[in-house]
Amino acid sequence: MIKLVNVQKSFGKQQVLRGVTLEIPKGKLTTIIGRSGEGKSVLLKHMIGLLQPDRGEVWVDGMEISRLRGKALNDVRKQFAMLFQGAALFDSLTVFDNVAFPLREKLRLPEKEVRERVDDKLEQVGLAGMGHKFPAELSGGMKKRAGLARALVMEPEIILFDEPTTGLDPLMSNTIHRLILDMHRMFGFTAVMVSHEIPEIFSISDWVAMLEEGRIAAMAPSADFQRIADPTVREFITVGGTVSLKDVKH
Amino acid sequence: MTAVLQRVGGVTLSMIQEMGRMLIFLLSTFGWLTRPPFRFFQMVKQLHFIGFKSTFVIVLTAAFTGMVLGLQGYYTLRRYGSEAALGSAVALSIIRELGPVLAALMVTARAGSAMTAEIGIMRITEQIDALDTMAVNPLQYLVAPKIVASVIGVPLLVALFDVIGIYGGYIVGVDLLNVNAGAYWSSIEAAVEWKDVYGGIWKSISFGLIISWICCYKGYYTTMSAEGLGTATTEAVVLSSIMILVWDYFLTSVLL
Repeated sequence: MIKLVNVQKSFGKQQVLRGVTLEIPKGKLTTIIGRSGEGKSVLLKHMIGLLQPDRGEVWVDGMEISRLRGKALNDVRKQFAMLFQGAALFDSLTVFDNVAFPLREKLRLPEKEVRERVDDKLEQVGLAGMGHKFPAELSGGMKKRAGLARALVMEPEIILFDEPTTGLDPLMSNTIHRLILDMHRMFGFTAVMVSHEIPEIFSISDWVAMLEEGRIAAMAPSADFQRIADPTVREFITVGGTVSLKDVKH
Repeated sequence: MTAVLQRVGGVTLSMIQEMGRMLIFLLSTFGWLTRPPFRFFQMVKQLHFIGFKSTFVIVLTAAFTGMVLGLQGYYTLRRYGSEAALGSAVALSIIRELGPVLAALMVTARAGSAMTAEIGIMRITEQIDALDTMAVNPLQYLVAPKIVASVIGVPLLVALFDVIGIYGGYIVGVDLLNVNAGAYWSSIEAAVEWKDVYGGIWKSISFGLIISWICCYKGYYTTMSAEGLGTATTEAVVLSSIMILVWDYFLTSVLL
């Protein structure tokens, strides 16, 4: 479904991706972990064509997209949706209009159908009756839910989640993770998630990949990943797990 | 010596690169303007923001500009016994130069800075990326309506500035300094030609384009920090203001 081959990317003199080769399994929830500043979000943005690699290839459904522009790229993007770190809701629109935005822009559905689909999605993410609020009036968790509703409303085949629980308390993080898992099971889309939430991600992901020094250091099914003996991987998931446990105790 | 040359060369190259990027930004926006869907509602919304919401500041600036011109003009012309020409002095100054330039500078300060800040915040909070992921072109959705609204709105504000400015001169000259009202209006009628008016219109259209182009560009390519956005907004206002003054000189030399 999504395949990256030797993707390299630099910003100025700083090389972020040094040759990422990765294949995302269709219909599965794959989580990419790694230290802050490793380029996980950069990697995610390559998958949807928001960034172009300096070298390497990005394949989506058998089509190389890294050199596509304009309408050809937009056609590929129609099968995608993305939930951004800060949800990226449009400030000037209400929650309802935010969720309705892709429907009105792309499908040009009758307003009655738009209302039905938006209300349905808002209910699924637990925001029923909140459609009239503006993003500034929402809490962090509610913004993420609204962003998730907007991502789901077009029923895309692939959804990219860029650190969907950043800035949320552990309980809310857990709720968002559960919501993502439930939606994934319900709709069967291919999901790629960037996250630091160890060990929580192991319970919701089908596959886990680790980005280290601009390359994929390891990738395995979730259960197997926790048994990987590589010291870098072990250090990351052990320290991550300890921190997470501390949070729970407090 | 080599280091100095390298530095000068580096600065020159980056300036040329920036100018090229600005031109591509404008041409791409024009390209998206001609493609459906046409964002009529967005354009009207921007016209309301750039045009209607700037009326108060334009009226205020125009009134005081006209009044001070009336005052200065009266005492200068009185030395030569030509107070009757006050109307033409005020009207020509405002219609040819002060109206378009001052209105454009006020729109830059009020609406141009807001354009940069709005687009810049959308860039920093990834709202522009979100538009891209939804296959909605940000140049078409965000920038094109602002450019069209600015090109329509600034000439209308300049027309308003001209009228209010001339009335400002009238209040000081006729009501306060006892210049003959008939002489005031008839000197305007005799001195102002159609080419003065359309010269002002051409200027205001080009100023509208300059403001929206520079301010949208600076917001669109802002660096991803609050400090970067502040710098972008300052640069947008300063660069737009300088470009308005420089372009005014070139256009005046062509139109005269």
